[in-house]
Amino acid sequence: MKRSLWFLLPGGLFIALVAFLYFGLYNDPREIPSPLIGKPAPAFSLETLADPSRTVSTADYQGRPYLVNVWGTWCPECRREHEVLLAIARTKTVPIVGLNWKDDRELAQRWLVQLGNPYDSVAFDPEGQAAIDWGVYGAPETFLVSADGTVLYKRIGPMNLEVWQREFLPMINGTGGPS
Amino acid sequence: MIRSLTLALLLSLTMNAFAIDEEPAFSDPAMQERYERLTRELRCLVCQNQTIADSNAGLAGDLRREVRELMMEGKTDTEIDDFLTARYGDFVLYDPPVKPRTYLLWAAPGLLVILGLGAAVMVVIRRARTARENPAALDNDNETGTL
Repeated sequence: MKRSLWFLLPGGLFIALVAFLYFGLYNDPREIPSPLIGKPAPAFSLETLADPSRTVSTADYQGRPYLVNVWGTWCPECRREHEVLLAIARTKTVPIVGLNWKDDRELAQRWLVQLGNPYDSVAFDPEGQAAIDWGVYGAPETFLVSADGTVLYKRIGPMNLEVWQREFLPMINGTGGPS
Repeated sequence: MIRSLTLALLLSLTMNAFAIDEEPAFSDPAMQERYERLTRELRCLVCQNQTIADSNAGLAGDLRREVRELMMEGKTDTEIDDFLTARYGDFVLYDPPVKPRTYLLWAAPGLLVILGLGAAVMVVIRRARTARENPAALDNDNETGTL
């Protein structure tokens, strides 16, 4: 009797392995959890995309929640996401700060003219310096920063309205998520 | 045949020696060597199975520039690793640190060896016992497992 139970061991281990691998299939390895969640948002002060003589910085938004959206004209997913950003901007819930990442100023300006501009302001980061501080590794990425300057959430990949309603809105309204 | 295959293999291995930067980052060979070692230990987050020393991705180039600048500021290896893990998490390190979340990862190889050895020892003991108590059993049937 004791004997036959031991024979179950390899089969049991195998089933455990299969379960591990099965759940692994649904784990997107491209989504690397950000160590910035719950930490103060990294400060930046950069030229605005529209006008090199003016700057936009994180300090400008201190005191209210805002989004930081990383984008570039070289990024096809950003084009797909743009419509959603426009819709979010229309709700006037939070200002969206664009971080134009490793891009060409003229192309980026033209993109906003052609597709519409959802951004409250856009920081121009051709060298990717601010992007490294924010742990950006792919566009689009969207961060939610609280009024006291804490990073609450990071969306990796294009925004959509479902994620906006399920993840962002409750945190913005203070009814869920880390306080 | 074997010899020429070996030669081809060795030649293909030498390809890895080429640096991805067009010019050496540092004129000081010791610094250059340190730079190459550091970039070989950091993962490119865009192309996840390459180091930032191997990758052509734009982000990998930016991270190499970041490592160069931190080295020029006189930062230590640990400080450079900390700088990057604060932004990108442990995932950026090819050598994951030992901490509660990674205990299982680090212990797994040892556990598997112990498990395998344990199983082997049990089988041997059992077979020895079977042979001692009933020498005919091993020859007569394959069901050595049933006593």
